[in-house]
Amino acid sequence: MFAVLIDQFWSLTIAGLALGFIYVLISLGYTMVYGVLRMINFANSEIFMWGTFGTIITSRDIFHYTQTSEPAKGFKLIFVLLCSLLMSMAVAGLTAVFVEFVAYRRLRMKGTNRLATLISAIGISIVLSEIMRLLTASRPVGAPRVLEKIILTEVWGANLRLDTIITIIAAAIIFFILERFVKLSRMGKAIRAVSMNEDAAKLMGVNLNRVIATTFLVGGLATGAASFFYVTVFEYTKFNIGFTMGMAAFTAAVLGGIGNIRGAFYGGLTLGLLEVYASAVLGTQWKAVTVFLILVLVLLFKPNGLFGEAVQTTRA
Amino acid sequence: MKIRNYWNLRDWGAGIWERANRPKRVAIAISTIILVALLPFAGASFLATPIAAYDAVLVYPVGVFVLMALGLNIVVGKSGMLDLGYVAFFAIGAYTMALMGTHTGLNTWEIMPFGIGFAMLAGVLLGLPTLRLRGDYLAIVTLGFGEIVRLVVLNSTWSKGPNGIANIPMPPNIGPLKFKLEDQKVFFWVVVTMILLTIWMIRRLSIRRPGRAWEAIRQDEDAAELMGIPTLKYKIWSFTLGAAVGGAAGVLFASKNLFIAPEMFSLNVSILILSCVVFGGIGNIWGVVIGAAILGYLPERIRFISDARLLVFGLVLVIVMNFRPDGLLPRKKREKAIVKKEVNA
Repeated sequence: MFAVLIDQFWSLTIAGLALGFIYVLISLGYTMVYGVLRMINFANSEIFMWGTFGTIITSRDIFHYTQTSEPAKGFKLIFVLLCSLLMSMAVAGLTAVFVEFVAYRRLRMKGTNRLATLISAIGISIVLSEIMRLLTASRPVGAPRVLEKIILTEVWGANLRLDTIITIIAAAIIFFILERFVKLSRMGKAIRAVSMNEDAAKLMGVNLNRVIATTFLVGGLATGAASFFYVTVFEYTKFNIGFTMGMAAFTAAVLGGIGNIRGAFYGGLTLGLLEVYASAVLGTQWKAVTVFLILVLVLLFKPNGLFGEAVQTTRA
Repeated sequence: MKIRNYWNLRDWGAGIWERANRPKRVAIAISTIILVALLPFAGASFLATPIAAYDAVLVYPVGVFVLMALGLNIVVGKSGMLDLGYVAFFAIGAYTMALMGTHTGLNTWEIMPFGIGFAMLAGVLLGLPTLRLRGDYLAIVTLGFGEIVRLVVLNSTWSKGPNGIANIPMPPNIGPLKFKLEDQKVFFWVVVTMILLTIWMIRRLSIRRPGRAWEAIRQDEDAAELMGIPTLKYKIWSFTLGAAVGGAAGVLFASKNLFIAPEMFSLNVSILILSCVVFGGIGNIWGVVIGAAILGYLPERIRFISDARLLVFGLVLVIVMNFRPDGLLPRKKREKAIVKKEVNA
């Protein structure tokens, strides 16, 4: 049972890291919104799903790549990948702002109870996934092959594939940029102020609506970047992939302490590794179940997350 | 804040009820029950459904949806907690019936307590870690739970995986009433009886201590805790009672359908039931009954809705919450009394 785990430990670790970085970026979408609104962004999983279509549309419909066409090389490769990344981020970011506008804003202005907002958010997430289901006729959509998945080197018996390496490095860079944005920029300061004390921030002249919309936008951008990496690594998407990925990313956010950006980083990586190891031992069909059990166990024993209050106070 | 009065069906209905004396009320109740019980005979009228058999539609989705919506309403409406995995309890009830019905000699009515019991047990196990936390954790954990139950059933051998379980026995006859596949009137009457029992249970509980505790928790959990209400206990009770109704509906569904498979218990069912509750009016029993009946029936009657059924229901959730958060029949009672006080102050 554990033989697979021991045999392929290092290649599993690299796969886990790549998956972990995808989780890190998606869980930013949860954690940032939670930090500001104290409310789960239910539609984030569907924002992620819409983002994956951004990448596919760019490479398939704008650059006309197909599953059998010659993979791009050199400068063109970088250009196509960058365009896909930006497109995914734009689609996801705009969807996130749309979600905020349709499902959250009106209810927030009216000051209704949390239940109404939660129901409205779950409603919009159903609407988003159903629109895509009807558009794609419930079929999975394969991604065109832009990037040739060459094996760069071999480390301790594990293959370092180009797409995993790109995912790990680029996702880390994007995470770093967003973290700096929240920490250093004026808008980031406003976001942190609102998440610490909404009323006080308002009194200091912070434009609440704009801050909340920006938070959704930044969360959406991070989620969109994750969609791009997902498509690059797994080369497929479907209208219902959001559910499993969203649940896992939410678990990652809770694991690291929700509302805490650095927590999302550690939580995402931990969950990515745990998930890959667990599916090597138990079989991939139990992946979602493992993730869910981790979520329940964390909520039962450590509801503040692994990094808990200590990091919470220095929240970035 | 102004209390809006336009098409307030609830006050209109409540007015008739309150002006009536006791014999009149009994007459209203009995004639309503008889009217509902006669519904399966109206199959030849404009109510007829184009594809599925009309009396089968009355049992599932309409009857079962009403029953489940009432159960979910205990959780969402009475105590204000969002349960997005209600289908899990339905699935647990259905699989209890399927497994025990095919492996043991017990009949539907003997399995019913087991189905309810297992669903309640699952409710307690799920409620204990999550009900201590904020409401949105419960929402997402139940969301996951609903899907996990389906995945476990799908990937296990004891449940025959994606093939599902066939040859589930029908309920034994009750006196002269015979359960038949081609004529489902008796099933409908059984569902109506279960609905009436559930309504009776909710009404009894609502005016007693648990009902008052749920109301207090829904309005302000911290205040309720300070007033000495053991909030966790009552929240778990509400959650498990909701689960019990879901489990009962599941047992009946499996026994009626004779075959169950994992794909019948997807997340969609939870969302449909939640839409029924929200559309009818969160917290109002009659609103929930009417809302679930309408939303269960319409997609069967009008085919173009049934393709995009879930899209419509998602839109229902967003639109109702944003523009008419009270639903079709709003609840009245204490909630509105509070609004009035704010106006005067």
